[in-house]
Amino acid sequence: MNRKSSRRSFLKSTSAVAAAAALPAPAVWSPAKAQARQETILAVTEYGPNNFDIHGVGTNRPGYEVSWNCYDRLMSHAKKTLPDGSSSYDRDTFIPELAEEWNLTDTSVTFKLRKDARFHDGTAITARDVKWSFDRAVTVGGFPTFQMKAGSLEKPEQFVVVDDRTLRVDFIRKDNLTMPDLAVIVPAVYHSELVKKSATDKDPWGLEYTKTNIAGGGAYKVTRWQAGTEVVFERNEDWKSGPLPKAKRIVWRQVPSAGNRRALMERGDADISFDLPNKDFAELKQTGKVNVVTNLIGNGIGYIGMNCKNPPFNNVKVRQAVAYAIPYQKIMDAVLFGLAGPMYGGTRGHTQVAWPQPHPYTTDMARAKALMTEAGYAEGFETTLSFDLGFAVVNEPLCVLVQESLAQIGIKVTINKVPGSNWRAELLKKEMPLISNFFSGWLDYPEYFFFWCYHGQNAVFNTMSYQDKDMDALIDAARKAAAEGDTAAYQTSVKGFVDKSFAEVPRIPLFQPTLSAALQKNISGYTYWFHRQLDYRSLVKA
Amino acid sequence: MTDIAAGKPQAHATGLVATISHIRYVLGDNRVTAFAFGLFVLIVLAALFGPLIVPYDALASNTSVALRPPSLSHWFGTDQLGRDVFSRVIVATRLDLLIAIASVALVFLMGGLAGVAAGFFGGWTDRIVGRIADTIMAFPLFVLAMGIVAALGNTVQNIVLATAIVNFPLYARVARAEANVRREAGFVQAARLSGNGEWRILLGHILPNIMPIMIVQMSLTMGYAILNAAGLSFIGLGVRPPTPEWGIMVAEGAAFMVSGEWWIAFFPGLALMVAVFCFNLLGDGLRDIVDPQRRT
Amino acid sequence: MLSMTLKRLAIALPSLVGVVIVTFVLTRALPGDPAAYFAGPAATKEAIEQIRSRLGLDRPLPLQFVRYVSDLARGDLGVSLTTGQPVAAEIRTRLPASAELTLLGLIVSMSIAVPLGILAATTPGSFIDHACRVLTTAGVSLPVFFTGLILVYVFYYLLGWAPAPLGRLDIFFSAPPQVTGFYLIDSAIAGDGAVLLASLKQLILPALTLAIFSLAPIARMTRASMLAVLASDFVRTARASGLAPFTVIVTYAFRNAMLPVVTTLGMVFSFLLGANVLVEKVFAWPGIGSYAVEALIASDFAPVQGFVLTMAIMYVALNLLIDLLYGLIDPRVRLEA
Repeated sequence: MNRKSSRRSFLKSTSAVAAAAALPAPAVWSPAKAQARQETILAVTEYGPNNFDIHGVGTNRPGYEVSWNCYDRLMSHAKKTLPDGSSSYDRDTFIPELAEEWNLTDTSVTFKLRKDARFHDGTAITARDVKWSFDRAVTVGGFPTFQMKAGSLEKPEQFVVVDDRTLRVDFIRKDNLTMPDLAVIVPAVYHSELVKKSATDKDPWGLEYTKTNIAGGGAYKVTRWQAGTEVVFERNEDWKSGPLPKAKRIVWRQVPSAGNRRALMERGDADISFDLPNKDFAELKQTGKVNVVTNLIGNGIGYIGMNCKNPPFNNVKVRQAVAYAIPYQKIMDAVLFGLAGPMYGGTRGHTQVAWPQPHPYTTDMARAKALMTEAGYAEGFETTLSFDLGFAVVNEPLCVLVQESLAQIGIKVTINKVPGSNWRAELLKKEMPLISNFFSGWLDYPEYFFFWCYHGQNAVFNTMSYQDKDMDALIDAARKAAAEGDTAAYQTSVKGFVDKSFAEVPRIPLFQPTLSAALQKNISGYTYWFHRQLDYRSLVKA
Repeated sequence: MTDIAAGKPQAHATGLVATISHIRYVLGDNRVTAFAFGLFVLIVLAALFGPLIVPYDALASNTSVALRPPSLSHWFGTDQLGRDVFSRVIVATRLDLLIAIASVALVFLMGGLAGVAAGFFGGWTDRIVGRIADTIMAFPLFVLAMGIVAALGNTVQNIVLATAIVNFPLYARVARAEANVRREAGFVQAARLSGNGEWRILLGHILPNIMPIMIVQMSLTMGYAILNAAGLSFIGLGVRPPTPEWGIMVAEGAAFMVSGEWWIAFFPGLALMVAVFCFNLLGDGLRDIVDPQRRT
Repeated sequence: MLSMTLKRLAIALPSLVGVVIVTFVLTRALPGDPAAYFAGPAATKEAIEQIRSRLGLDRPLPLQFVRYVSDLARGDLGVSLTTGQPVAAEIRTRLPASAELTLLGLIVSMSIAVPLGILAATTPGSFIDHACRVLTTAGVSLPVFFTGLILVYVFYYLLGWAPAPLGRLDIFFSAPPQVTGFYLIDSAIAGDGAVLLASLKQLILPALTLAIFSLAPIARMTRASMLAVLASDFVRTARASGLAPFTVIVTYAFRNAMLPVVTTLGMVFSFLLGANVLVEKVFAWPGIGSYAVEALIASDFAPVQGFVLTMAIMYVALNLLIDLLYGLIDPRVRLEA
């Protein structure tokens, strides 16, 4: 050993060690293992859940996925096939889940529950459970309460138990977002008796219990969870709220390195990967080893936001100058690898009743410089461009390109990486002059997006602190018209606020991001959902 | 990765001529050290003149040639934004060297002086310095560095500071041991008899006397300082983009490794390795010069 | 013996107290705002303040510290925000993963570095000596994350020899029943050869990465202590008595030279456990290092505090153990103490 290792170069000897150990690996699976593999779908992503309950405090996105697959809602969305052949949820069609039918009137909606629906422990699901769950969502505070409010679901009194199988939801105002909001993740149905057992004075809604336990009746059960490493789901064989899912077992592993996730996909070791960088998806698409499904994220926009409260960005001319100085095409090619919808170069005067849609700016340095001069900043100025370090893959190259481009019109930009944990707190302060950020709304309606991002109520998503009376009037008018079904007024208002947002550009939409999934060729049934997480129920492994 | 063994009293060959001839002897005898010295000269040249000689602007993007493999026009290929990797690697030398030198100088000021004082005065000074060093040693060092940079903000200054703090115990211990064995040495007694104050003896006599050993220590920690800064960059606590820095370039390139664009991470990684390698070998070689008996 | 142990513990105590205080202050200085994080994406300022008081974060720092210490006294390390799990439980499950990896790395490293060191010591100044020095120095000059990435790229991606870098076990195996928490030992106890092999395969690349990094200190120490021993009188006597060089080196010199090497190992082990942080990140290893990094980036106080404290206690315990062992092996040390 001594002599040998001294003669060889070190690298050779280490590779020999690795090879020797790797050789006895049998490439053949035992029949039992092959069977297990056949029935198991292996998904790999960067992060795993921190909480199984979407009502919980600080539940992360992967936690939403657990909730979606392990709990039922009264209704869900039907699916539709998009022009490119991929499958997506259908925003406008609701299908029964826990409720088998419902009756919608101007003042309320009444749901009739399935007779045979049961929680995982076999207890029948009753309307009392539904009411308790909804009461919980509107009172517990934080994200669930906020989301319920978005559909005018605000008070426990709105939810009335008519009998064991019937629940009525009374409207406090007419709002066309109420029905869609009852089909998002938050109004999940919990096993009220089970959770109440674990409730305490300090924790009246049993949040501690549901954090690590499933108290629902959804299509999957969690059988193993090692935080930060893996979650294992088994199919609920008694699920009645839809056709029995095909996949018996889902293993969800967390693999922090994107390179490793890609390697796992390419070598066929993992079945599905979700959050790869765009570049990897673009290349996987080209090589054709695995299927890549790409969908535009509904109501989502990546943008540069400018703080409208403080100089110099309180000057509309400066904002327009910046909008003309963004290297849109470069960002599209080098940062997003073409996997995004362009949000620039629209035709002026052809505004659609839709959102997102392209704005009329293009990269035009001469105009940008002229606007800077008009604004009185011919000499330029210095500022800071901040981004969330958690999304550095896109943000970092993007900000470097923007920095380089803005330097040409005299704006000296320092790039500021904000750790993900601090991003929200920084946004709330609303003091960052220039940011690169992303927002998407679950409910895919223009007025919903504008209400959160441009309205003078100055919600946290109005990251620019943009406040304008006329804008508020247009947004409010659109919401009112939508509730009343006044199509003409709705169209005028939507066009109005879109035009205004383009003219005053408090934020510059750069692109509509996409959500891609890489799937092995034998996996089918992948569907795009508004929540941008996996729905295991439709997945099939051939 | 240096040894922490305390030194023994040495009678050093003095006189400039003797030293130079000794250096020549060691370099001539030890080709490895000569090689490391050559590398060191190259690195210093790159740090001084790098920005003047590189073929491309290290910051200028050119998305039309993004992600090109190494070629005649781009020796080390190009990165995601079409920047020339060769130019960036060369330009980064200055910053990485600066981080290393600054952190080593800082830790010498903090740890070296504290250690000398502890070794010389003993008593409470010794106990306090010892406790501080013990406490720092009990930390997982890299995580401590991470914590400092995360808490104070990721700037070059804080990276330097964190690296210096993490190395504090090493310097304090070596300096303490060296000063301790000299506190009653003949030249110290002589200085004391001729009426010098304690501080004067400490700074004017002891410190210069242990400088050679401290310099060896510094050379050996230079490499560690660069690795530490690179590790911090790798987990996202590095310098601000688009500043070229080896660690951050490896971190960025890591994502491209699996898709076959190995050059983005490989060349900065190689530069990093060569620099650290050079400082380590040089440290060994310097030790031979300063202290031939302790050659390991 | 007992009094020495107690004395050593008394000396270590202030360091541990220092670690607890510094970690507390450092984590509170992290830029993140846990209240804003907890409050969710759409929270108003009032909602965040509400959460802040619920988490006890609105109280003055000294009060928070008192509460932290009293929790600590009860063995409660708090709950992680990002994973939602009690920190003590997570450290318990993750520590064996890190320790197993580090130990194996150390064993691999020793099996390469010790022969190298001996070889270098027997022929000081030769080409072999220089080659050993260059080789081990090259190993320690490589950033561990870079070594790890390259190993994954070559052995998993290009050659397909190594299994996917997916943590401790392939997906279709389940962990052996827990005895020690070391999969290699537990699967051997359970008599499950397949799991033993599978976990060994997962271990090889990360262990190799760590081994490459730790070659230098071990090889250097071996070389130095071998040199010293080889120059000693009893070896000269053995040589003079006409014993074969191989016998002299292995039976006489090596045994005596190992003592300082074993001491170095303790230092290297605790050093490696820290260097693990980056290796674990590359190999998706569910150890405490990766846990601490994630937590630190997310400004998640509790796991960072728990991790640092665990490591500090281990460091102190390890040093104590080495001192005691050293005293047992070499009576002279005890006399001096």
